[in-house]
Amino acid sequence: MDYSKPIDNALFPKGCERCSFTKFSLFMLIPAALLLWGVISAFVVLANGLGTTGLDDKFGFGLWITVDLAVIALGAGAFFTGLLRYILNIDELKNIVSFTAVVGFLCYTGAMFILVLDIGQPLRSWFGYWYPNVHSMLTEVIFCITCYCIVLIIEYIPLILEQRKFESNKFIQHLAHNFHVYMPLFAGIGAFLSTFHQGSLGGMYGVLFGRPYIFRDGFFIWPWTFFLYLLSAVSAGPMFSVLMVTLMEKITGKTLVSWKVKQLMGKIGGTMLIVYTIGKFLDSYAWVNSVLPRSGLTFDQMFTGFVYSSFWFYAEHIALVIGIACMALPALRKIPAFFYIGALVTCFSIVLNRFVMTVQALGIPVMPFENWQWYWANWAEWGAFALILGYSIVTLAVTYRYCPLFPQEAELNKK
Amino acid sequence: MAHFKDFTVRYGMVIDLDKCTGCGACMMSCQAENNVAPQEDASNKLRALNWLKVYRLSNGKEYPEHETVFLPRPCMQCGNPSCVTVCPVVATDKNEEGGIVSQVTPRCIGCRYCMASCPYHARYFNWFDPYWPGDLKEALSPDVSTRPRGVVEKCSFCHHRFMKAKDKAIANGEDPLMLPEEAYQTACTEACPNGAIVFGDLNNPEHRVYELKQSPYAFRLLERLGTDPQVYYLSKREWVRRLGDNYLEQEETGKPLQTLLNNSH
Repeated sequence: MDYSKPIDNALFPKGCERCSFTKFSLFMLIPAALLLWGVISAFVVLANGLGTTGLDDKFGFGLWITVDLAVIALGAGAFFTGLLRYILNIDELKNIVSFTAVVGFLCYTGAMFILVLDIGQPLRSWFGYWYPNVHSMLTEVIFCITCYCIVLIIEYIPLILEQRKFESNKFIQHLAHNFHVYMPLFAGIGAFLSTFHQGSLGGMYGVLFGRPYIFRDGFFIWPWTFFLYLLSAVSAGPMFSVLMVTLMEKITGKTLVSWKVKQLMGKIGGTMLIVYTIGKFLDSYAWVNSVLPRSGLTFDQMFTGFVYSSFWFYAEHIALVIGIACMALPALRKIPAFFYIGALVTCFSIVLNRFVMTVQALGIPVMPFENWQWYWANWAEWGAFALILGYSIVTLAVTYRYCPLFPQEAELNKK
Repeated sequence: MAHFKDFTVRYGMVIDLDKCTGCGACMMSCQAENNVAPQEDASNKLRALNWLKVYRLSNGKEYPEHETVFLPRPCMQCGNPSCVTVCPVVATDKNEEGGIVSQVTPRCIGCRYCMASCPYHARYFNWFDPYWPGDLKEALSPDVSTRPRGVVEKCSFCHHRFMKAKDKAIANGEDPLMLPEEAYQTACTEACPNGAIVFGDLNNPEHRVYELKQSPYAFRLLERLGTDPQVYYLSKREWVRRLGDNYLEQEETGKPLQTLLNNSH
């Protein structure tokens, strides 16, 4: 027994070093505090009803739906990287694909947990499968998200099976191997499901013809927001994964993924961002010049004050242009500062988009004799957000400590 | 925008805003008739349950030109309801002769997507468990189910009265789809002291609403969005009619409606 090494040393991935168990435990106090706050607020909401939140009849959707949409977009790195790695066979991505799957798993399970809190009758949530309304975009979201969550669990399992503790178990070794053999199939299913639920999340808003701020025309049964949400997710998803890796590198003090792989992820995200940005600018132009005048409204009527100001509209668009400049231009992308700024502003733009489409859309007076309404999330709503944040930190930390999350780690940190 | 479904019988209202005094009798009768739970603190109007809500409209001018109008807003029972298609569990539907948008509260999961879709804010969520203080529970109507916490509810045009009227017609050997106007009336219509609310089958020439809805002073709320509401309003005052919809500066009141109608023909 080597007493100079952490007590749980035998469980670490091969060739990787970890901090002491005491240090790890102390670090875990941070997510534990978040989890405690989250559990209390979840109990209060489930026991006493949604009246304990800051939501009201004007703002049926608020922070939770914004967070749901944002994390599902940011978690898109999972399906998109999986698609590129397993279907298009971009081999380099094998060094980050497991991590993107874990990030996706956390984003999706977190979103599903928030949805359980968000619906007024959580015990009836199975009605979505039993009495589906095939015309509702939300039905498509319910089916695809839950199915895709199962795919993400399947993608997560091999990581656990490859834990050092199971090395001697032949059956588990074979099982893990077979998971890898069939992974392209699951990656394909995941890409199919994700395409539809990412799109349907945008479609959910685009079909609301009673809300001119978010209503959009479209192609066949799909409003343009269907395609924009998908494109924005595949742009921001890879970049968010890179940002998360970098954050983990800062926390652990180790290099986990090579700069080359990060650059590739940035290039992929940047390329998709060009397509999304073109679509987004065309969409905004059509909205201002067609949807609004048709509804008897003007661009200026859509904004007021600071929270609902047009500053955010312009910020969302300008951030995309900055993102393209930083990520799609090789000269800038190769400079770390520009690379990370590009990833950050892209994610910012997409989160901002989810906020304005959710909250601002409901705050705008549609009937001419109404007033603007304001919404502030209260402690219980932030608590649910803290809960999924805490849960994600715990899961990610434990997975990193004990599972071979980053195939390049041992080599990149060789002394 | 196309009709959601065509009906032989299509119930609707015509509300004369020039007759409405804003007394609130319609709201009160609706609360009592439909077992709408009172709120312990109803000061937050964004949390209070009001299937029918009376809005106060102003022409925005100073005295002596200042004018106020009261606008009762039930569910519009839209011909093309934005709420029905979005509900993931078919808890709300428009599928029965009469053209009333149903709300099946035992089916509702409380996702509030329908509320987000409705531009009239005609849908209300039960934020807390319903509570009837003192002996109020004894006054509950046996005709309408109470609703639990966590579901959406809305005006049903007193659908239970429609059911009773149809049952009575069938028992008398009459056609339940050709009810005389007085056979089925909503609680708010009966309670209005000025007769501002007229209710009936919009498709039946024998019902007053058939004629009233064709008045040059008739308008519907947010008509240009394509919801095709079954509630009409009347006012001889142009500024009131103009507040019924959003208009660009250069547009004349009522003109967008004409354009829409011309295009549909």
